[in-house]
Amino acid sequence: MRSGNSLAEQSKVQHDVNFIRHVSAHPMKDHASALQARFSSTRRSLIAKFSRASFGFSCLTVFSESLQAQQRVDVSGVAQSLLPVSVASFAADQRARVDVAGVVHSDLGRSGLFNMIDSGVVLADTGPVPAELRGKGIDMLVSGSVSRLADGRFDVRYRLSDLVKQRAVFQRSMVVHPDDLRVAGHRIADEVYEALTGEQGIFSTRIAYVSKQATRYVLQIADWDAENPQLALSSAEPIISPRWSPDGTKLAYVSFESKKPVVYVHNLANGERIAVANFRGSNSAPAWAPDGQQLAVSLTLDGMSQIYLVSARGGSPRRLTSSNSIDTEPVFSPDGRAVYFTSDRAGSPQIYQVSSQGGEARRVTFGSPYSTSARLSPDGKLLAYITRREGRYLVAVRDLASGNDTLVSDSGREEAPSFSPNGKWVMYASRRGGRDALFAASVDGKVRQQLASLAGEMREPAWGPMPLK
Amino acid sequence: MKQFARHLALLAAVSLTLGACSSVPLDEQKAAPIDNRAAAGDASPSAQAAPEPAARSAIAPVQATSSATTGLPAALSDPSSPVFRKIVYFDFDSFEIREEFRGLIQAHANFLQTNKQLRVALQGHTDERGTREYNLALGQKRAEAVRKALVTLGVADSQLEAVSLGEEKPMNQGTDEAAYAQNRRAELVYQQ
Repeated sequence: MRSGNSLAEQSKVQHDVNFIRHVSAHPMKDHASALQARFSSTRRSLIAKFSRASFGFSCLTVFSESLQAQQRVDVSGVAQSLLPVSVASFAADQRARVDVAGVVHSDLGRSGLFNMIDSGVVLADTGPVPAELRGKGIDMLVSGSVSRLADGRFDVRYRLSDLVKQRAVFQRSMVVHPDDLRVAGHRIADEVYEALTGEQGIFSTRIAYVSKQATRYVLQIADWDAENPQLALSSAEPIISPRWSPDGTKLAYVSFESKKPVVYVHNLANGERIAVANFRGSNSAPAWAPDGQQLAVSLTLDGMSQIYLVSARGGSPRRLTSSNSIDTEPVFSPDGRAVYFTSDRAGSPQIYQVSSQGGEARRVTFGSPYSTSARLSPDGKLLAYITRREGRYLVAVRDLASGNDTLVSDSGREEAPSFSPNGKWVMYASRRGGRDALFAASVDGKVRQQLASLAGEMREPAWGPMPLK
Repeated sequence: MKQFARHLALLAAVSLTLGACSSVPLDEQKAAPIDNRAAAGDASPSAQAAPEPAARSAIAPVQATSSATTGLPAALSDPSSPVFRKIVYFDFDSFEIREEFRGLIQAHANFLQTNKQLRVALQGHTDERGTREYNLALGQKRAEAVRKALVTLGVADSQLEAVSLGEEKPMNQGTDEAAYAQNRRAELVYQQ
């Protein structure tokens, strides 16, 4: 894995990321410009071709860890300087099939919070840090090794070094199954992220999404960056609205396999499913209560879509809303006390809030003729939703205390926002050129990126909870 | 450029492998049942008998229709019958049945009262503009409009179920107004 070729690729790719970022961000520090100046104009134009083609060639980013880092991360006009971080190539056994350092590098780069600098070296977790690395402007350095044990597992050892204070921040290790090398990379990235920002990282989280492949629909579970997808459900008919249970063991979703929408609760470990809502008419829009014991759903028992509560094991529904209009897309507040939902009782779809015990609903959105798809951040302070402005459907994030909206997307064909479990990111689906793709944006709108995969069209993302430690 | 071409070639090779690897289901038995309907054009066993030159045995004609209409009254698949047409189209943002479809609704109402053993799913659809769950609810309104019209004309409610497919099954994948108009519809789907 650590051939000279691979290092060169990684080095080239590192500069791709810098170049792309330079285009959209405030002028970089001197060292970044110096690195850039080393490239011939031919290579720079090739990089430009890659970045322009990145939407059409999204599959390119899946090939290897080094190409992964070429994923375009748009960081817009930020005056603050980004902390310079480097992930050295790990001293890794050739039999390790995953470039662990590459996963760490990709995760940290995608956060948009760091200035990722190429170290140009292979460096283990022990021993002195080469003096010249400080000269490259690196403040924080990740180094490590991946050794194969006699039983076939891998010993992954890693160190975070503060080159300014000239001390190790931490030095750790973990033993993993060969199939879990990628998991190890994500764990290391989380630990580095937490040490550098004080915030919990999301690199070990998973997402669910729906992909349409020729005539079939598949529900996939993947790493947070859409890599490494695993099939949860394959169907000849559509699947929409996947929602993670709070403990991350189940997915609720709407399946059209019986030619009508039915809500299922699906156990991911053993594939067992219960149709928790299969009543007359349409059953849709599942939302988990924070205790994981019940779901809010939209049912059409009386003809019109209204919101009901139903046990996660199925059973008789309890009605929550009563209006002569469409009520749908319920979502619980994190403390379980309130339910936000979409209603067109005022003549157009808007977001409302009601007590989870029922009662009078309060309108939340104004100023746009169309607002739907409400989601709450885990701390309950932010509301993400889809709003239509001048015919364009955009992702907005509202600070509930101030009421201020930030528009975090701009393609105009957005839907299905989903918060990361640390509340810092929103993932959503965007239709471009007639195809759906997944994007992730920081909640302040400053960092935005496309998540690519070989799965083709990707839609209906649902960001899973923090993994249980 | 050479390196670019090499990346592409390697990518092609890897993508084939990855494509195969990622399609293994967690537990296939528990996954959604594969669509059991015979694909259109599937021949019956007798039609697939080994070809015998100049054989004089009778060839059974195979009707290449979806299994949903097999076993249903012939009128439903007879182009000259008033119940052959089964789609009601709607204006944008509208859930009212246009005058031009009143005759179609009446014909199906008559048919259902004459064939009380039949059940029909009224499937409502929308065009793709807007978000999926709200469109699901709008599609339901279209299905519900047809259901109410049939009930008003005397059809037993027990023969009917109004469901929505929202924007998920467009008739026309295009994104112009003509395509959208074809997608805003309610379909009468008679059940086995």
